[in-house]
Amino acid sequence: MKIYSKLIVVCWMLLVTGAALAEPQPLRLGITSATARGQYALLEEWRVYLQNKLDQPVEFIFRDSYLDNMDLMKQKKLDFTWISSPAYIENMQQTSLLVTPLYRGKPYDRAYLIVPSSDRSTGSLLNLKGKVFAYVDPDSGTGYLEPRYRLRLAGSDPDQFFKKTFFTRDHQKVVAAVAIGLADAGSMSGFTWDTLSLSRPDITDQTRIVAKSAEYGFPPIIARNNLEKHDFSKMQRILIDMKDDPDGVKLLTRLNIDGFALSDKKLYRSMQLMMRRVGDL
Amino acid sequence: MKFFLNLSYRYKIPLWGSFLIIISVLTVSASFIANAYNQVEKDLAVDSEKLGHSLKSSLFSAMLQDDIWRTFEIITEASQRASSSMVLVENILVVDNEQRVVASTQPREAPMLTEMNELGPELGEIAKQIVQMRDEKSETIYLHNSKHYYSLTSISRDNASLGTLVIVHSKEVFLPLFIKNARNGLLVGAIILAILLPFNWFWGQRMALPLVQLAARMAQLGKKWPEDLDPDLYEYRDELGLLFEAYNQLLNDLKTKEALEMQIVQSDRLAALGQLAAGIAHEINNPLSGMLTAIDTLKCHSDTSPLTQKTIALIERGLTQIKDTVAALLVEAKIKSRDLLPQDIEDVLTLISPMSGKKALHIAWHNSLADEIALPATFVRQILINLLMNAIKAAAQQGEVACDIGLKEGHLHISVRNDGKMLEPEQIAHLFEPFCTFSEGGHGLGLWVTYQIVNQLGGTISVKKEASEHMNFTVKIPLGDRL
Repeated sequence: MKIYSKLIVVCWMLLVTGAALAEPQPLRLGITSATARGQYALLEEWRVYLQNKLDQPVEFIFRDSYLDNMDLMKQKKLDFTWISSPAYIENMQQTSLLVTPLYRGKPYDRAYLIVPSSDRSTGSLLNLKGKVFAYVDPDSGTGYLEPRYRLRLAGSDPDQFFKKTFFTRDHQKVVAAVAIGLADAGSMSGFTWDTLSLSRPDITDQTRIVAKSAEYGFPPIIARNNLEKHDFSKMQRILIDMKDDPDGVKLLTRLNIDGFALSDKKLYRSMQLMMRRVGDL
Repeated sequence: MKFFLNLSYRYKIPLWGSFLIIISVLTVSASFIANAYNQVEKDLAVDSEKLGHSLKSSLFSAMLQDDIWRTFEIITEASQRASSSMVLVENILVVDNEQRVVASTQPREAPMLTEMNELGPELGEIAKQIVQMRDEKSETIYLHNSKHYYSLTSISRDNASLGTLVIVHSKEVFLPLFIKNARNGLLVGAIILAILLPFNWFWGQRMALPLVQLAARMAQLGKKWPEDLDPDLYEYRDELGLLFEAYNQLLNDLKTKEALEMQIVQSDRLAALGQLAAGIAHEINNPLSGMLTAIDTLKCHSDTSPLTQKTIALIERGLTQIKDTVAALLVEAKIKSRDLLPQDIEDVLTLISPMSGKKALHIAWHNSLADEIALPATFVRQILINLLMNAIKAAAQQGEVACDIGLKEGHLHISVRNDGKMLEPEQIAHLFEPFCTFSEGGHGLGLWVTYQIVNQLGGTISVKKEASEHMNFTVKIPLGDRL
C-alpha cells in the first residue's frame, strides 16, 4: 500500500512537471564575430560539451557586433554573452560577470599596435598621423578604445588624427587589413594576434608589432542580471571546471586559453577610466 | 614568277591548286578566328558586366554605411571567385563620386582615398570615362595599347549613385581563350587541307600527265616518229580527250603522207630506171642483133682457123649473155598472152615443189581462184614464180612459206609470206631496183622484173614486215578486160 501511494505521488509529479522536463529551456550564449575568430567548428564542439555537462540544451547565438549582442540580452533573448570589456562596462548595471578567461594564466589581454612588416619606420602610434587606421569594433577595448585613449593622452583628437578609419568587426581581420596594406596600421587584441601567429604565422609575419599596451581585463562572459540564479551558477561552475576536465582541457587548448576564472569588476577598472578619459562614458 | 610560270604543268597544276586551297582554307580559318576574337571580347564584356551587377547591390549598402572592410571583403571575394572562372580579374576598385579609391583588391597599388588620376594614365583615362558614363548602368572599355580592359558599373540604387565599381581585367586571358576558340577553326582547316591537298595533287598530276606526254611527243615531231600514246592514258571525251584524238589523227595523217611520198619517190625512181633500162636495151639490141647475125655468118665460113673459131665462139657467148641480160632488163608485159586459169596457178605450185622440197619447207597454199580471169597468164605466173622463189630462198630450213591468191574488189591479190630473215627498212627501200640482191647467187633482177610487170599491168607491189615475224609481199593487179 505504501508503495502504491508513493507511485501515485510520483506519477502526479511527473504529470505536473512533465512538460517542463520534456523541454527544458535552452541556455543561450551570445558570440560575436570578434570572439568567434572563425572557429565555428570548435565552438560547436564547445556547445555540445557544455550541453552535455549542463544536461540542458545550449544555443550559441552569433551576431556581428557587441552592440547587437547587448540588445539581444536586454530583450532576454540571450542569457550569457562573451563580450568586449567596454561593452560590459557600459552595461555593468544590467549584467553580472560570469567568468573571465585566463590567458597565459592571467585574466588579462593587451592591445597590439601593428603595421605592415614592410613599414620599418613607424615607432609609435603618433607616427601614424594622416594614415588609414583599422579598428575592430567601436565597443572593442584593445581594438578601438586603447589607441584612441593614447591619442587623447598625447593631446590629439582621435577623430581627426587619421586620414581614414574603418572597422573590421574581427580582430583577425585587422591583421589581414594591415597585412595586405588596406590599412597603414591597426589596433587589436594581443591574445588574438598571438593565437593567430600559432595557426597562421604566414599572415602575422606580414605585420609588425609596434607597441604592446598595458594589461587590461580579458573580455568576460557576462550574464543578464535577471537570469535564474541556478542557471548562472551552474554555467559558472561548468566553465570554471573545464580546466580540470580532460575534454574541457582539449577544448581550452584549442581556444588557446588556460581556462575560466571567477571574475571581479576590479579587473575592468582601468578600462573604465580610459573610457571616461576618452569620453565614451 | 617566271620560274613558276615555266614549270611543267605536272607541278604547276597541283601547285596552283594547292595554293588556292591553302588560301581558301586560310581565309575561312582567319574569318573563324576573327569571329572567335570578337566573340571572346563580347563574352568577356558580358561576364564582366554581370560580375559588376552582382556586386552592385551589396557594395551599395556597404558604402552607404561607410563600411570599408565589408566593401573590401566583397570585392576581394569577387576577384577570387572570378579569377577561377574565365574572366581573369587583376584588380577591382571601388571609387567614390570624386573618383577617389574607397577600396581596392590591391591596396598597396591603389591606396585608400587616392585619386584615380594619380594611379597612372590608364586609370586617369578611366576616371574621365566614369564622368562621361554617369547615366549609364555599366560599360566595358578597351583602351588602345593597354594590357587591360575595364568594366565600369555604377554603384547606385534608385538613381542615387555612391560611386563606381571598376573591374580591371588582364587581356592576358584573351590569348588562351582566343587560342582555345581559334584552335577549333584551325583544326577544321587542317583536316580540310589534309583531305584536299593529296586529292588535289593526285588530280593535278592525273590532269597534267597526258598533257606532258602529249607535249613531249609533239616536240619530237619532225625529228623522229614519236612513240604511240597509251590509249588508257586519257579516256574521257572532254577537251583534253579531243586534243588527244586530234593528235592521233594528225600523227596518222603525217605518217600516211610520208609513206605516200616515199612511195611516189620510189615509183618515180623505178619508173626512171625502167625508162633508162628500156632505152639502153633498145639501143643495145639493134647493134647486138647485127653483131649476132655477123657472128653467125662468120661461123658459116669453114676456112676459119681454130683460133678464130674459138674467138668467134667466145664473142658469141658474150653477145648472147648481153642479149639475155638486156632481155631481162627490158620487161615487156604488153605481149599478148592468154587469160589466166586457176590451173596456171596450181602449175606454179608443182613447179616450185622440188625447190621447196630441198629445204623441207611447209608451203601453205591457198588458191581461191575458181574461174578464168582477164589477166595475162604468162606474166602472172612469172610474178608468182619470182615471189615464191625469193620466199623459198629466204625461208629458214624447215620453215614456212605461205601463199594466198584470190580476187578482191576487182583486183587479183597475191600474197607471199616467208619466215626467213627480216629485211631492214634500208633494204626495203631499194628492193625493187635492178641488180639489187641480198642473197648469194641471185642476179638481182627477179624483183625488178616482177615490179616492172606489176607496174605495166597497172598494179602495185608492196612489202611489209608482219607482226608475226614474217616478210609479206603483196601484189594487187586490177583485172583487165576479158580477151
